[in-house]
Formats: sequence, C-alpha cells, structure tokens
Amino acid sequence: MDLYREKILDHYRNPRQYGKVAGATHRAVRSNPVCGDEVTLTARVRRGTIVDVRFSGRGCAISTAANSLLLESLVGTTVAHVRQLQPAAVLKLLGVPIGPARHHCALLGFEALREALATRT
Amino acid sequence: MPVSIRRQFPIFTRRIHGNPLTYLDSAATTQKPAAVLSAVDDFYQRHCANPRRGLHQLGVEATAMVEDVRQEVAAFIGGRPEEIVFTSGTTAGINLVAYGWAPLALRAGDTVLVSLLEHHSNFVPWQQLGALHRWRVQFIPVGAGGQLDARWFSAHLHRRVKLVCVTHTSNALGTQPPLPAMVRAAHRVGARVLVDAAQAVAHQRIDVQRLDCDFLAFSGHKMYGPMGVGVLWGRTELLRQSRPFHYGGEMIREVRRQGTTFADPPAKFEAGTQNAGGIVGLGAAIAWIKQFGFSRIARHERQLTAYALRRLSVLPGVVRYGPSGVIGRGPVISFNVRGVHAHDVAQILDSLGVAVRAGHHCAMPLMELLQVPSTVRVSFGAYNTKEDVDRLIRGLKEVQRIFSGK
Ligand SMILES: Cc1ncc(COP(=O)(O)O)c(C=O)c1O
Repeated sequence: MDLYREKILDHYRNPRQYGKVAGATHRAVRSNPVCGDEVTLTARVRRGTIVDVRFSGRGCAISTAANSLLLESLVGTTVAHVRQLQPAAVLKLLGVPIGPARHHCALLGFEALREALATRT
Repeated sequence: MPVSIRRQFPIFTRRIHGNPLTYLDSAATTQKPAAVLSAVDDFYQRHCANPRRGLHQLGVEATAMVEDVRQEVAAFIGGRPEEIVFTSGTTAGINLVAYGWAPLALRAGDTVLVSLLEHHSNFVPWQQLGALHRWRVQFIPVGAGGQLDARWFSAHLHRRVKLVCVTHTSNALGTQPPLPAMVRAAHRVGARVLVDAAQAVAHQRIDVQRLDCDFLAFSGHKMYGPMGVGVLWGRTELLRQSRPFHYGGEMIREVRRQGTTFADPPAKFEAGTQNAGGIVGLGAAIAWIKQFGFSRIARHERQLTAYALRRLSVLPGVVRYGPSGVIGRGPVISFNVRGVHAHDVAQILDSLGVAVRAGHHCAMPLMELLQVPSTVRVSFGAYNTKEDVDRLIRGLKEVQRIFSGK
C-alpha cells in the first residue's frame, strides 16, 4: 500500500537522529495515550543554533519515520526556524499523504520538539 | 450460522478501498441488521411521541413500545421489568451505580475491589469516586493467560469489602473470569457484585439469576442494536436504596417547593426524554438474536475463534495475549506482529478492507500489566465467516512482507 513506501520503512528500520544527546540543553517527553507511544526528545542548542537533536522511545512506523525525517532536517538550523515551522510542513516530509487518523502519530515528535525548545533544562 | 445472514446487514454491501468489508471489530460495536434499522425507522415514521407523557394515540403507542422492550429485556436476562433501567449505555449504567448507589451504601474506609481486566468505564468511576468518598479501591491482579488471580481475590475479601466490580468478558483479551464462584465468595462477606456485561450479551445467554450478581450493565450497540441505548439491571432492593443519578422530568411523584418525592424504580432513574427509537431498536435486536438462539451463535463464534487461533498460532512472528484456547474466553483475540506497531498492522489491514482495532482498548492498566503499549484486536460477531479469518491471515502476511522489505 501507498503509505508504507520505501522511504518511510527505511526511516522506521534505521531511524536517523535516534538516541539521546549528550549534554542536552533541552528535553521533553510526550506520549500519545491512544497508541501507547512515547517519545523523548533531547537537544543541544548553542546561541540559538541546534547543534544536535535526537529522539528516543517507541512508536509506529509513521511516527518514527516522521521524527527521523524531521530531526534530520533540523540539525544546524535555528530555534527561530523551528518556531516558524508549521505542522503541515512536517507532514509533507513523509512524502505521502497520511489520513487524518494518523496525524497525531506523525506530529508527536514535533510537539515534543516544540515543548523542549520552549523550556530550558 | 447460515452465510445468508450477512445479507441481513446492509453494511456488507459496502466496499472498502475496493475490497469487500471484512469486519472484525464487533467488540467495539456490532453491525446492525436491517430488522433493527427498520424498527428504529418505523418508530420515528409512524409512532413518534414522547413516551409516558402524551395521552394521545401516538403517546400511548410510544409508551407501550418502550414498555414492551422493558419486558423483553427482562426476559432476555432473567430479571424483572421493574429492575430494568434504560440508560445510554454501559458507561452510563456503571456511573449510575457509582453515583446513585455506592455513596449511600459505602462509608469512608470501605473497600471496593476492581479487576484489572476492566474497561476504563468500570475503572475510572471507582478510582475517582473512591478518592472523593475515601473508599479503599484495590485492584484484583491479572496473572498468566489474562486470568484474574483467584487466590489474591479470596485473600482480599473481608467484611469491609462492600463492592466487587468485574467484567463478564474482557474487551481487550476475551478473558472470562469465573463469575459464579467470585459472586458466591463476595456474597459470603456481604459484598455486592457489579458485572460489566458489555462484551457478553451478544455472545451467550446471560442470566442474572444464575450469575446471582447484584448489578449488571450492558450496551445495545454491542448486541446488534443502535448506539446510545443500554441497560442497567439491579436488584429491586438495591435500586430502591439508590438515589437518582439525574434529576428532571418524568422521574418524580410530586414536586413541591419544599421538596420532591421520586417515582419508583425504574422511572426514578430515567429522568428526561428517553432514547425511545433506540429502545425500540434494542427490542428488535433481541428479537433478531432470538431467532437464531445463543447455542447456535455461541457455537459458530467459538468455532471461528478456534479457527483463528489455530491459523494465528502457525504464523511466525505473531505474539498472542490472553487465554490460550477457547475455554473461558469470548470471541476476542489480542495479538501483535513482532517488529510492527499495532497501528501499522491495522492500517495495512484496513487498506485490504479488514477492520480490526488497534490500541489499548480503553484498558490502560491492563496493558501496563502486559507491558505492551498496544495490541491488535480481532473480535467476531454472528455474521463472520472462515473467509473473514482467511482474509485476516492473508493481510497479516502482507504486513510482514511490507515490513520485512522483501
Ligand atoms: C467491557 C466494556 N465495558 C464497557 C464499555 C463501554 O461501553 P459504552 O461505550 O457503550 O458505554 C465497553 C465498550 O467499549 C466494553 O467493551
């Protein structure tokens, strides 16, 4: 089926930016009780630039691939850039339209990221 | 069951993403036969009036139709008509006991035992009201195979246990606790027993006299009836003891500025305009079930469950939860495909027209115990066939093919 294209499966099997950032300056945990998914997001920010950002936890293929694709695109960008980022742009990274029932899966890591960057550890 | 019964369900003419519908989510809600749909329609087309209010012809008819269903429900579960309270569903029935009966019957420090198999609707009310009224709420643990820990249960029964809340059939695993024995043990210490029969009433004969329980709640929509209607059965003396849960019209005897006297049960609990169309539909659902009889329905569903268990057990990479066989279980199977999230399994199955449930099944404490965030759940109704199981198995092979990257 369309949704489970090679790109999504590849990012699910070999997620990029997976793990925890050593010496993280920002951190957030978000869970999605509907799926039982949980994601921990850690980031190291220096002078407004995202030096490293990673996610860990469990999730479905859609959420894992979305986190992987998103974080991969963010290393080296700025906190200000993330603040501008719209959910639609995150969904677009997946390359295929996903039904509304899966939006919350794809956006869980993004929400954690926004929360992490809004707080200081 | 004759394959022709599928023709009685209009929904099976649907195509889902180009495939026939393989509906394996009857535990969430069953599909509705045409007989039920047309009974609801007929009520609104020909008999619509507010029951128990109008003196006019339509009012008389609507009242009679609702009261007839009360009689039918009573006969269906072995109770008396005055013990049948119409509700909006299982959730409403349980909350009625939690708000209407329990605060009068229990004192601070009394114990409520709640099984860990419970759906949130038989868990959260006790947790929340327990904290409010300072009841001691304890959870009956679940052991291997999804069975309730009988030894823990008997060890924790004592004089201060006033209520035991337990499901007849677990919606997450299909487990059926040993109810008559649990009820007997509870009664020995003077505790009352509330049974959640939401997952039972469509699949086997429920007899409140045989179960000997004190309250029993179920929903119409899980037994081929409409959504938004359900039943709470309670022993007459307990319903008399209870306070109304809702206050309003048609539940009073006399209202004065100084105070109100309430009608007798069940009217006391049926404030406001009832879901009369839904109640009529529930009556039609009971009639629909009766034309086959539970021995046929149960045998059919047991054979399907056994067949599915057999096919799943030879599929590598499938991990099952709950009872291993068909003894002591309803037509529900919970499992995971190793390495694939339940939601991904469900989505790929859906693309093939196979409808299953994936998630925590509103039983998060149980899932925590099983140490899985979610499972795939397959559940059967009278209309399912072996072909449905075959489609499921083919779908699961497709899931494995996609995720193995071959
Ligand atoms: C065991 C059990 N109890 C209670 C409920 C709640 O039923 P309703 O949503 O119809 O109130 C369900 C339905 O999901 C159930 O499976």
